[in-house]
Amino acid sequence: MIAFKLAYRNLMGAGLRTFLIVFILSVSYVLIIFMNGLYQGWNHHARADMIDWEVGQGQFWQEQYDPYDPFTYADAHAPVPPEIKTAAEQGRVAPILLSQATIYPEGRIQSIKLKGIAVQQDVLSVPTDKLVAEDHIIPALAGTRMAKSARLEEGDYLLVRWRDVNGTFDAAEVKITGIFSSPVPAVDAGQIWIPLDQMQEMLQMPGEATLIVSGKGVELPGKIPGWEFRDHDFLFAELEAMIKTKSTGGSILYLILLALALLAVFDTQVLSIFRRQREIGTYISMGMTRRQVVGLFTVEGTMHAILALALAAVYGIPLLLWFAKTGLGMPEGTDSFGLASAERILPYYSAAVITGTILLIMITTTIVSYMPARKISKMNPTEAIRGKIQ
Amino acid sequence: MENNTIIKIENLVKQFPVGGGTFTALNGISLSFGKGEFSGIVGPSGSGKTTLLNIIGSLDSPTKGEVTVMGTGSGGMNAKTASQLRKNHIGFIFQTYNLMSVYTVYENVEFPLLLLKMPASERRKAVLDAIEWVGLTDKIKSRPPQLSGGESQRVAIARAMVKRPGLVLADEPTANLDAANSHHILQTMETLNKELKTTFLFATHDDKVIRYLKRIVTLADGKVVSDESVK
Ligand SMILES: Nc1ncnc2c1ncn2[C@@H]1O[C@H](COP(=O)(O)OP(=O)(O)O)[C@@H](O)[C@H]1O
Ligand SMILES: [Mg+2]
Repeated sequence: MIAFKLAYRNLMGAGLRTFLIVFILSVSYVLIIFMNGLYQGWNHHARADMIDWEVGQGQFWQEQYDPYDPFTYADAHAPVPPEIKTAAEQGRVAPILLSQATIYPEGRIQSIKLKGIAVQQDVLSVPTDKLVAEDHIIPALAGTRMAKSARLEEGDYLLVRWRDVNGTFDAAEVKITGIFSSPVPAVDAGQIWIPLDQMQEMLQMPGEATLIVSGKGVELPGKIPGWEFRDHDFLFAELEAMIKTKSTGGSILYLILLALALLAVFDTQVLSIFRRQREIGTYISMGMTRRQVVGLFTVEGTMHAILALALAAVYGIPLLLWFAKTGLGMPEGTDSFGLASAERILPYYSAAVITGTILLIMITTTIVSYMPARKISKMNPTEAIRGKIQ
Repeated sequence: MENNTIIKIENLVKQFPVGGGTFTALNGISLSFGKGEFSGIVGPSGSGKTTLLNIIGSLDSPTKGEVTVMGTGSGGMNAKTASQLRKNHIGFIFQTYNLMSVYTVYENVEFPLLLLKMPASERRKAVLDAIEWVGLTDKIKSRPPQLSGGESQRVAIARAMVKRPGLVLADEPTANLDAANSHHILQTMETLNKELKTTFLFATHDDKVIRYLKRIVTLADGKVVSDESVK
């Protein structure tokens, strides 16, 4: 306790230099917590959006289906398994049939994914209730990204050409009955949604699907032959990997800042141990052991981090809370990562990040304070008292 | 008389490694000092006064011989017992004052008591008393850079005395002071010696100090050349 008191006095006596170091360290605390909070918030947000729009509570994939290989789409289809047929009819799981197709907007040619989805589904936010049209016309939905790239508007008619189960080309006109806005590009860019039953008819694949998205509270059979269950771990792997890459990149900024602050602490320690030899000798003459003096100087260096924590709390807590409330606008083009991103991200500060940050800064500051202080234990007190050590 | 002995030095030799060989700074010193003495080691610069004081204060150890201070012998002494001895029984006064410049007068004087973990109320009284002994009650909140040399050395005396040690070791305490201030601090120490029965041992070659001493031990080239008591 006495060491803390003395360290505090000594640091306060050092004035501006102490304040600068404390300030940089306090910025490190706030920045590390903020940046990590931002990535965690993004992760949170992106997961929630993807669950709502794309992945649901996991998916069954027809065993041939590989989303990265469009050539598999032609073979990746099978009848919706009887085990989940009722759930599908009730809209609690959403079977989706997938095919490559070509559209001809304004005379141009564009290759797309055609997705058939059960109109009655209640699993994804895709507004399938808008998939209604007059008799003999196929209704279709497009996301805003798709609508923009193909210049589609509600009420537009669009020629679609596809191959059926036998590989025979066929074509029909669809009517855009709805344009929806989704934070998840994977359900939007380069694709058009139509009713599942009409698509099954078009492709001559009655009752079939490529993948089946599960909703909340559905009791799923553990295993369905011919189908592969993909859980959240699998479906979010790409998102996790990307956020990890981004956050590693982002951490360089605050690690440089922290390194600067630590260097300043180290430098201060080296200097004060050199300049305050007489003081060190005097402490020893008054009955402190050299180990206690090493401890005193270590605490003194570490005190920078303690004071910085107090300062960080003063301005950091309001600042971080304010960000948590208002969020941070994402720059244009974040979409191009191809993964879900909202316009505003609300940072999420977990207890683990906060304690981890405090520990990181405290421990590293203690280490850089201790390293120069060790030199004291090799000092000769009679020479230190006279300030003779060079 | 034996149990009144505070310092007992027998055949003390101190050598320092110099270049390839050794330099003998103290060469066969035998001395003893009793409780309440006001005595001094006197001799020219380089005669070994500081070295002797440092060994008595357990800041340094003998090469040969035995030094016993307040019952603690140099033979079985380790860093821990040495620091215990200094903490509990010895006060140091240096030529250069060695005050902590960021602490106030009060905090400087308080320091030895913090090491002794004295309770706060008791501590406060002891600090105020010590500052009063040296006549600096009005400077209690000042910091060393605002004090004159004489005032600084008086703070150092209060710091050495605050724990009421059995022994105060003062190495050239007047070397940086003018005549008036030298007399002032010596009178202060003389009074404390009488009132508190504290043993004072000086190392000095300053006539102003020597005049106050009750016993003068003269060193030359690391040997005691005379040891006289003054009436
Ligand atoms: N650490 C040391 N290493 C080598 N020589 C030393 C050391 N300390 C003191 N000496 C030498 O010992 C002699 C006595 O020194 P000191 O005790 O400081 O004398 P005084 O205090 O009487 O002036 C001097 O010649 C000094 O150079
Ligand atoms: Mg000397």
